[in-house]
Amino acid sequence: MESRIPTIKVQTADFNVAAEIEKLTHGRTDIGAVVNFVGLCRSEDDTLEALELEHYPGMAVKQLEALAREATDRWPLDGVTIIHRHGRIEPGQQIVLVVATSMHRDAAFEGARFMMDYLKTDAPFWKKEHKVGQTDGSWVDAHDADLMARQRWAS
Amino acid sequence: MVKLIYFSWVRERVGFNEEEIELPDGVATVRDLLGWLRTRGQNYQHALEFPEIIRVALDQEHANHEDTVGTAKEIALFPPMTGG
Repeated sequence: MESRIPTIKVQTADFNVAAEIEKLTHGRTDIGAVVNFVGLCRSEDDTLEALELEHYPGMAVKQLEALAREATDRWPLDGVTIIHRHGRIEPGQQIVLVVATSMHRDAAFEGARFMMDYLKTDAPFWKKEHKVGQTDGSWVDAHDADLMARQRWAS
Repeated sequence: MVKLIYFSWVRERVGFNEEEIELPDGVATVRDLLGWLRTRGQNYQHALEFPEIIRVALDQEHANHEDTVGTAKEIALFPPMTGG
């Protein structure tokens, strides 16, 4: 199956999942599977006021394009859409969308999972948590730093 | 001259978003660059306190610490990514 050019967007605006799926499937009779993943902002038991997502503008789009290309090389996908938001996002709101379409479900499931997993570690986005009642936010990856700092002492 | 760009807490600790800089001759690899930057002041030292966790992109492509900086025009330094 010849893949079409992936749709990659990095934006502050929200997205409409149904509309994005419709764009990939409209007028088509050969697509048998659509898998979509939507990442949402959690409230962490009502302790989180908002997330602030920082990104590296030029590189973020490039990395998402590379992920989509890798996925369409590895699986017979027809269409791919990745949308990642940045800026302030509140609990319950959407952060990220990954859609993969294919003739069969295995390729769509695996392709979508692959893109989501790699996006987490390779796409240049950083989350800062703003907790309820606190003025300063804290970076979510501070935990990774702690972990590495601890590992330095393990060897 | 190369442009250095910082993100997330690396940016906050260094104290600014980006700078234009002339790299000294001794800086060949990404690891050399991180080591040299740490000598430039307390803010850099704090930002690069644990250099092994710092991720680096050369002209917007992920790089390893062993990679040579080469002719990169834009070098970005940031913590592990937490998108998605």
